[in-house]
Formats: sequence, structure tokens, C-alpha cells
Amino acid sequence: MLLAKRSTRRIPTDKIFKIIATVSGVYVLAVIGLIVFQLYSESHLVWEHEGLGFIIGAEWNAVEGRESFGAAPYIMGTLVTAGLAMAMGVPVSIGIAMFISQAPKFIAGPLSIVIDLLAAVPSIIYGFWGLLVFREFLLYNIEYPLHDTFGEIIWLFSSAPFGLDIFSASIILAIMIIPTISAVSREIMMAVPHMQKEAAYMLGATKWEMFKIAIFPYAKTGLIGAAILGLGRAVGETMAVTMLIGNATGPNAFPQTLFQPGQTMSSIIANEFIEASPASLHLPALIGIGFTLLLVAIAINIVAHLLVSRMLKVKEGVINA
Amino acid sequence: MMQSSIQKRAEYRALFKHNVRGRLVVDKIAMGIVLGCVVIAIIPLGSILLEVFKNGIAAISVEFLTQVPGAVGSGTGGIGPAIQGTLIIIGMSSLIGIPIGVMSGIFLAEFGDNKLGRTVRFFNDVFMEFPSIVLGIFAFLTIVLLLGHFSLWAGAFALSLIMFPIVARTTEESLKLVPLTYREAGLALGLRQWVVTFKIILSAAKSGMITGILLAVARISGETAPLIMTVLGSSQFFAGFDSPMDALPLRIWRLSLLPYDSAQLQGWGAACVLIMIILAINIGVRYYFATKSSAKSRLFYRVMGGRRK
Repeated sequence: MLLAKRSTRRIPTDKIFKIIATVSGVYVLAVIGLIVFQLYSESHLVWEHEGLGFIIGAEWNAVEGRESFGAAPYIMGTLVTAGLAMAMGVPVSIGIAMFISQAPKFIAGPLSIVIDLLAAVPSIIYGFWGLLVFREFLLYNIEYPLHDTFGEIIWLFSSAPFGLDIFSASIILAIMIIPTISAVSREIMMAVPHMQKEAAYMLGATKWEMFKIAIFPYAKTGLIGAAILGLGRAVGETMAVTMLIGNATGPNAFPQTLFQPGQTMSSIIANEFIEASPASLHLPALIGIGFTLLLVAIAINIVAHLLVSRMLKVKEGVINA
Repeated sequence: MMQSSIQKRAEYRALFKHNVRGRLVVDKIAMGIVLGCVVIAIIPLGSILLEVFKNGIAAISVEFLTQVPGAVGSGTGGIGPAIQGTLIIIGMSSLIGIPIGVMSGIFLAEFGDNKLGRTVRFFNDVFMEFPSIVLGIFAFLTIVLLLGHFSLWAGAFALSLIMFPIVARTTEESLKLVPLTYREAGLALGLRQWVVTFKIILSAAKSGMITGILLAVARISGETAPLIMTVLGSSQFFAGFDSPMDALPLRIWRLSLLPYDSAQLQGWGAACVLIMIILAINIGVRYYFATKSSAKSRLFYRVMGGRRK
């Protein structure tokens, strides 16, 4: 029947099909281009008004007539929280990946599912839990002891802890990026050829030595890529950080100690976007922060994907997005 | 395989000196640390699930699930509009995101073996990691400012941007798993390529695609940041696609900002509903995958023309 239909009607359906598919494929490129263009053009007022001061200034004043916008504390806040989260999260994630790649199937299977579920829990629930449960635990068991013992010696712990600060935001971030990094690292460690591992064992290596001489050197690039992928996620993470970082503005938000309230690029957007008037410079300033955040995230992710895809031709980790 | 040079062999020999006991101790310590990492990661998940269910169950009742929110701080009312809003937004963004994602996945799998395809695939992966709040700003600039008011459409558009790259990549991966012979068999019957793609390949790749779609739905149902500047939140039930609307994550955020114990309790309730939706999707998908071998054989028969009812 289909053959008969084809001989009578000669609509080039295959061509149309290919065009529709291609347009849908190119959609992502168009959207990325449009986002970059829109965010730049809507924020260019503030770039004109502040110039380079927008990146390096620290004043944040939305009062009409005295408007001044400098995003440096928030950029630093993002970098510091993401950096601390990486310092805590990456070793743990690699440890988890090592465990899963070595464990027998009946442990590795369920454990992978648990780690994936950790990735599925939405940011807002991490934030809510962090605010109501984790904050108290952290405050009384870690922050006060650290402050009381080292407060006068080490400046990092000098300010009075309150629970809503850079430290707690970083820990929540670390918890949130662990699933991402460990899922990708697991894939990468699995991709190391068996011959390499067997060769190491055959030389008499213990498990740890096998990791050291066979897996880590082979998987180095991919593991770095996985870590950077986690960094990209930490930089863009919004809700949990917004709820825990304490939301300081202006020069006070500049990160100096661990136990002081801070602010990140994404959290200030979440906090102030709705209140900002489109007529003033406030909204362009927030969009400008969004633009900066976007550029940072794009740069991080491009590097990460280049590193990871060199290791894995097909990255199954995308399913865990 | 790489041959090891003399220097390399000397290096390995240095690693394996005769101090076996010391090496075994180091190995045990390393294993202990690795196990510790696993425990550290599981504790937060356990604590979150425990607290959410323990506190959330206490808050949930029929009124809580169906009523509009009561006066601020009174602890009365419920999260009816939020649940309704989340479901509507998921539906609307799926309506936009799934067709684009599936077609884009078809493009990547069937026509993507060239420079354009590789570019699209790469930027698709990069786009998937875009900060969601930036997508919210984008939807705000393109839709909210254009229409002049906050609306469901803006929220759905923002979430569809999160959704379609995930759907595209999972579609591509599952289409690639369908053997080339299926395509050849279809084409040999004289079917056109789009008929082959839609009727044969998509149905053979169904389970993988459904997984991708469901995981994308689970992902967007918890998204908060892009909703702040698009659907805004409201305490009324659905009032048209052009008006603001509430959503579960937004409601949790608003409740977390209130200083009342009753608001916290309601927040736990909303969090419990949200996490149940998301976990149900995630665990369901995994269960579906675990039992897919029998489904696959059925698909095989259907695709290859064997009618086995």
C-alpha cells in the first residue's frame, strides 16, 4: 500500500523529515547564541555605566541616584564556595568511584543507584534540609568548636559562627556535586582496559598499588574532566546555596573568613531579581552577573567535556543529569 | 599493548620491594578511606530521606494536598495550587521540550555523523550543564518582558530548555543501540526513511527514550531557580496560562523564608510530596530497565513482523 501511495504522490517527505530533524538539532545552537546575545545586550547598560568596575568593584547600591554596582564579592563568593566544595567533594567522589569499580556486583549495583538518587534529590530539598537540620548540626558540632579553639589563632575561623555562612554553603555544595563527579569517575575507571589492571596484579600489586600504577595514570585526564564537570555544577548551583550562605551584600560579602555570611553570583540573582525594577540599573546589573556566570560556566564546561570525551567516546553519565 | 622499557621496569621493581607487610597495611588503610568516602556520601541521603519523610508525613492530610494556602503564619490551608502548578508546568514543558528533544536526538543519531552533528552534540552536552538560573533570566527577557507579565508559558519555556538536551542525548543513545539491520530491512521494503525512523526505530528504542524523558521530567520537577523569575508563585488555583502560578519547589522556598514553625512543617510536607514524585520516577525507571530484557524480545518480534500476541 505504501508503495502505491508513493508512485501517485511525490511529496519529498524524506527531505522535509531531514529538514525538521536538522532544525531541531540546530535549535540548541540557536538557543545558546540567543542566550549569550540577550544577556549581553540587556546588561550592556551596566557595563557602560560601571565599565571594568562592575567586575572589580564591591559597592552594591540600588538606591536611585546613588546607584553603584560591583560584582567582585559575588564572583569571589562563587569561586570560594565552589573551590571549597571541590576540595571536599573531589577526593570523596574519587573514593566512591574506586569502591564501586572494585566492589562485587551485588554491592556496586545498589550503591550506584543510591549515588544516582543522591543526584536526583532537587537543590531546593538540599537547601531546606540544610537550613533546618544540617545547619544546627554543623553549628554546634563543627563551627563552634573550631571557632572556640582556633578562632584567635587562625583568621579563617575568627568571625562568630551563625550557621548561615560560606562554610555551610560549601559543604552543601560538596554533598551536591559528589554524585556527579563519582558517576563520571566510575565510568572512566571502568573504561580502563582490563589488561592494564591484570598486568598490575600480575606484578604482585595490592589493590591500592593497582590503582596507583594502572588506573590513575591511565584515567588522569578523564578524572580531571569529571572534577571540572562537578566544578561547573557547583558554580551554577543556586537554591541550596541561596538558602545557606547568609546573603550579605556590598563589601561585607567579600569572603574573608569561613564563618561569615557571603553571597554568590547565582544567589544574588535569586534573591534580588524579582525586586529589581526594569527601569533602573539594578536589573541590568543582575543580568550582567548572570552573563558573567554564564561565561564562567561555559568555559568550565567546554574544558570538562573536552577532557572527559577524550576518555569516553560515549558518556553514559548524561542519563544522570 | 605498550611494551615497558627497562627504566619502567626498574621503576616498578622499586615499587615492589620486599616489604610486603607495609604494603598490605597501606592497602588496608586505603581501602578503609575509600569505604569511609562511601559512608560519608550515604549519610546525607539517609538523613534527608529520614527527615523529609518523618516531618513530611505529619503535615500531609487531604486538606493539605487540596486546599489553597491559608493566611501567612496561620498554619492552615495547604499546597493544592503548588501541586497543580507543578503538574501543569511539567505537562507544558514536556509539550515543548519532548518533540524538540526527540527530533534533535533523531538528527544526532541518523544525520549526525558529520561536522554539524558533532558540533550540535558537543554544545548539547555543554548546554545541559548551563546554570538553570541563567535559563530563567533568558525566559524572563524573552517572554515575561515581551508579554508584560509573569506567566506559566515563561516557566514552561525555561524548563523546556533544561529538558530538551537531556531528551536529545538519551534519544540519540537509544537510537544508536538499534541495529543497522532494522533500518536496512525497513528501507529494503521500500519504506521511506521517516517511516522507518518513526515506525520501526523509535519503537525499538522506546524503552531508552522513555527513560530519558522520565528522568528529564524528574529533573525539571525539582527546578526552582528558573521559576522564580518566570511563574513567580501565587496562592490561587490555575487561572489561565497567561497568569502567575505556584509550583512545589517555589512553595518550599517561600515557606523556608517564613519564621513560623507551622510554615516549616508545611515546607516539610511539600518537600515530602516533591521527593516522592521524583523518587517514584527514578526508582520506577530503574525497575523498568531491570526488567527490560523480556520487553526487548517482545519488541524484537513486533519489529520483525512476527505477530505474537
